[in-house]
Amino acid sequence: MSNVTRHQLDNGLTVLLKEVHHTPIISWWVLYRVGSRNERTGQTGVSHWVEHMLFKGTEAFPAGYLDRAIDRAGGLWNAQTSSDYTAYYETLPADKIDLALRAEADRMVNAVFDPEEVESERTVIISERQGAENSPTFWLREQVNATAFHVHGYHHEIIGDMIDLKTMTRDDLYAHYKRHYMPNNAIAVAVGDFDTDEMLANIKAIYGEIPAGETPNLFVRPEPEQSGERRVKVERPGNNAFVHVAYRAPAATDEDWFKLAILDSVMSGPSGMGGGGVGNKTSRLYKALVETELAAGLGGGLLPSIDPYLYNIVVTVRHGSSIEAVEAALDEQIDRICNDNITDAELVKAKKQARALFAYATESVTGQAFWLAFAENFDSYTWFEDYVDHLETVTIADVRDVAQKYLRPQNRTVGWFVPINGNNGHTGETS
Amino acid sequence: MTTTSTLPGPDTITRVTLDNGITILVYENHTSQSVVIDGTVRAGSLYESPAKNGLAALTARSLMRGTTQRDFNAIFAGLENIGADLGINGGVHRAGFSGKALAEDLPVLIELLGDVLRNPSFPEEQVERLKGEIFTGLQYRQQDTRYRANRAFREGLYPASHPLHYSTSGTLETVPMLTVDDIKQFHQTHYGPADMIIVIVGDVQTDAAIDVVHNHLGDWKNPNQADVPDIPEAPQATQIQKTVIGLPGKTQSDIMLGVVGPSRTAEDYLAAALANSVLGVFGMMGRIGQEVREKQGLAYYAYSRVDGGLTPGPWYVSAGVDPNDVDKAIDSILHEIRRMVTEPVSAEDLSDNQSYFIGHLPLQLENNDGVADALLRIETYNLGLDYLIQYRDTVERLTVDDLLAAAQHYLNPDAYVSAVAGPED
Repeated sequence: MSNVTRHQLDNGLTVLLKEVHHTPIISWWVLYRVGSRNERTGQTGVSHWVEHMLFKGTEAFPAGYLDRAIDRAGGLWNAQTSSDYTAYYETLPADKIDLALRAEADRMVNAVFDPEEVESERTVIISERQGAENSPTFWLREQVNATAFHVHGYHHEIIGDMIDLKTMTRDDLYAHYKRHYMPNNAIAVAVGDFDTDEMLANIKAIYGEIPAGETPNLFVRPEPEQSGERRVKVERPGNNAFVHVAYRAPAATDEDWFKLAILDSVMSGPSGMGGGGVGNKTSRLYKALVETELAAGLGGGLLPSIDPYLYNIVVTVRHGSSIEAVEAALDEQIDRICNDNITDAELVKAKKQARALFAYATESVTGQAFWLAFAENFDSYTWFEDYVDHLETVTIADVRDVAQKYLRPQNRTVGWFVPINGNNGHTGETS
Repeated sequence: MTTTSTLPGPDTITRVTLDNGITILVYENHTSQSVVIDGTVRAGSLYESPAKNGLAALTARSLMRGTTQRDFNAIFAGLENIGADLGINGGVHRAGFSGKALAEDLPVLIELLGDVLRNPSFPEEQVERLKGEIFTGLQYRQQDTRYRANRAFREGLYPASHPLHYSTSGTLETVPMLTVDDIKQFHQTHYGPADMIIVIVGDVQTDAAIDVVHNHLGDWKNPNQADVPDIPEAPQATQIQKTVIGLPGKTQSDIMLGVVGPSRTAEDYLAAALANSVLGVFGMMGRIGQEVREKQGLAYYAYSRVDGGLTPGPWYVSAGVDPNDVDKAIDSILHEIRRMVTEPVSAEDLSDNQSYFIGHLPLQLENNDGVADALLRIETYNLGLDYLIQYRDTVERLTVDDLLAAAQHYLNPDAYVSAVAGPED
C-alpha cells in the first residue's frame, strides 16, 4: 500500500511524504522528539507549556494572526504534547498549505515567549489542570503512574505538577525550547493532495535554511525493575469507586508489544486508533465484570511508547458493588489468561478488529499524517504501515507467553479510588 | 482546487422513500474501505412524561439487549467479530442510530439494525443491568461540574412543560422507576417507519445498498405510531436568572450563560451561526476566547455555540475558570455580548467568518462520518440535496446587518440564564 517517501534535509530534518488525492486537502505535521518523559523534577509540564507558547506569536506572525489566517483559509490547526513527543499540525485546503509550511518553519526557531504572555498562559494552564482535577479518574491515574514509575519521567502527568506550574519561569520555558526545537530533532510529515517532487522542493526552500542545532541529549532515567506489587489509594469526595490496574509493559519496538495488543483486545476490547472504535461487550472482562453486575463499565489500553510503559485496565465499580469484589473477579480473569490458551475464535476476532480499526484510522489525511509521525518517533513509519501484518503473525502460544511474562502481581500497580463525603452539592438561585 | 463538483449534491446523492415512509440517502465513496450508516427514528424524549424521564433513551439503549432471534451475546458477537459497531441512543426529538463496518459487511449491519428495531424482546435481566449502569453514570455526573452547570442552565432556560428542560438520560429518581412494561409500551407506540431516515456512505453500490434496506425494513409497519405532538414555546428570560452549585473537592468553576436561540430551520439561523462564530468560535474561540483566555488568561476554555434543532435550541457561552475569577469572566462575556447587539461586526470580521464557513466544508466532508452527518442534517432539516453546493452562495449573501439583526433577535446582555458549578464556599 505504501507510497510514503522518506527524505532527510542537510540540516537533519526528517521528512515523510504521502500523496492522497481523494480530497483537495493536505495535513502538515511537525513533531519534536521531546515530551514529558524528558522533564526534570521542578520543571514537570514544561513541554506542554512550551507547546502553548508556540501559539503566542513570532515577529513574522504576531499572536492571534495565524488563528485568524488559518480559520480564514477554512483549515484547522492544533498541537498535542505527549509523554514521548510534542507535535504541531495544520490541515488545510491543498492550495493554502504554504501557510502551514511557513508557520511551522517560523515557530521552529522564532517564538518570542513574551514575559507577559508567559504569565497570562500560566493561569490558563493552571486552569487546564484544575479542569482535569474536577474528574476523580485524573487523581487516580496521577497516583497510579507516580506509583508505577519512581525514576522514569512517565511518573508525572503531562500537564505537570501544580507546584511546578506555579514556579516555572520564562527562562525555564525558553531554555527548553532552544534546547529541543531544531530541524535535527524534528520529524515533518505531509499527507494529502500534492505532488511529491513539488512538495519536497517547497519544504527544502522553506526549511533548508534553518540551521541544525546541537542534537539534544535527552533527559531519560530508565525505570529499575519492579520487585513486588504496589498499591495506592486515593480518597476524595465523589459518588463512585474505581479500580485501576496497571501492568508494566514493553516498548512499542519490542516484539512482545504486538502480542500484548492481541491480549488487550481479548481481555478488554481493542484500543482505538483514532478513527472510531469497536465495542468491548464480547471481551472477557466485560463478561466477567459488567455482565455479573460488579462494574458499570471498563476500558483497557496499551499505548505504543518509546520506553516500557503500562498496560492499563480501569473499571468503574457499579452502584451496590464493591472494589474488593471487582478486583477479585478481575484477578480470576488474569489467572485464566495466564493458565489457559485463548481460543482460535478470539484470535481471529482480535485480528479482524485490528484490520477494521486500521481502515477507519486511515480515512482522514490528518489521521494518517499523525500515525506516520508518531510511529517514526518511536521506531519508523513502517511500524504503522506493517501494523496489521505484524499482528497477523501473533499466535495463541504467543499470547499465553506474554500473559505469563507481564500479567504477574509483582509487575503491577493497583489503584483504588475510594469516594468519601459524597454529597451532590447545594444549589442557590437568584433572579 | 476546491470545486463544487467535489461536493455531494443532487447528481451524486441518491434519495428514495419507501412505501412505508423510510427515506434512504446513499452516497458512494470508493476511496475508503468502510461504510457508515447514520439515521433517526421518531422516538425521542419529547414523547415521554416528566415522571418517566429517561424512558426514551432507556428504550433506545435496550433495543440491542436482545431480540426474538438473538440474545445479547449474539448481537454483539455479530458486530465485534467483524470489527463493526452499531449504537442506538435517545435524543430529544428523535432516537438516533449510527454504525460503522468494513464495506463488505454492510448487509450484516442493516440486517441487525432491522432486527433490533423491529423485534426487541427487552429481557428483564438485561434491562435491569442496563438501568444499573445508567444509574451509576448519573451518580458520576452529579459530581461533574460541567454536567451540573449545563443541566441547571437548561432547567433555567426552558419551562418544565418543555422537553429541552430535561436530560434525555433521566434522573437518579426516575430511572429506577422505569419498567420493562414502560419500555415495551414506548416501543409499540413510537418505533415505526414513519419519517425514519437512514443515510449510507462509503465503499458501496447504491442499488445494492437500497435493496438491503428494502429487504430488512421495507415491510415494517406500525399503524399505532404516534403523531408528533405540539411543543410549547420557550419564552426568553425577562431578567437575569442565576444558579450557583457548590460541590465538595472541586478546584475549577464551570460557567454556562445564554438565551433561547434559533431553530435549525429558522430563517436567520445561518446569520445567527455566523454571528456566533464572531462571538465565540473564529480564530481561537472568537471575541470571547480572545478576551477571556488570550488577554486575561482566565480560562482554559471559553467559547460560544448555537444549538438549533427542530425547535429553538440554546445559544450559549461556556467557560471553565478559576473559582475566584467567575465574576470577572462573566463581566467580560457580557461585555462581548453587548457589543454583538449594539455594533455591527466589521466588514473584515464578516468576510473572515464567511471564508471560514466556506473553506472548512471540504475538511468536514473528508471522510464517511463527515458526509453521513451532513446528509442526515440535510434530510432532517429539509435543506435540499443541493444545500452543500449552494452553501458558498448562501453564506456569501449574508450582510453585517443580517448578523446584527440575528444577534439582536436572540442575545440580550440584560436578560439571560446562567449557571455556575464549582467548589463549595
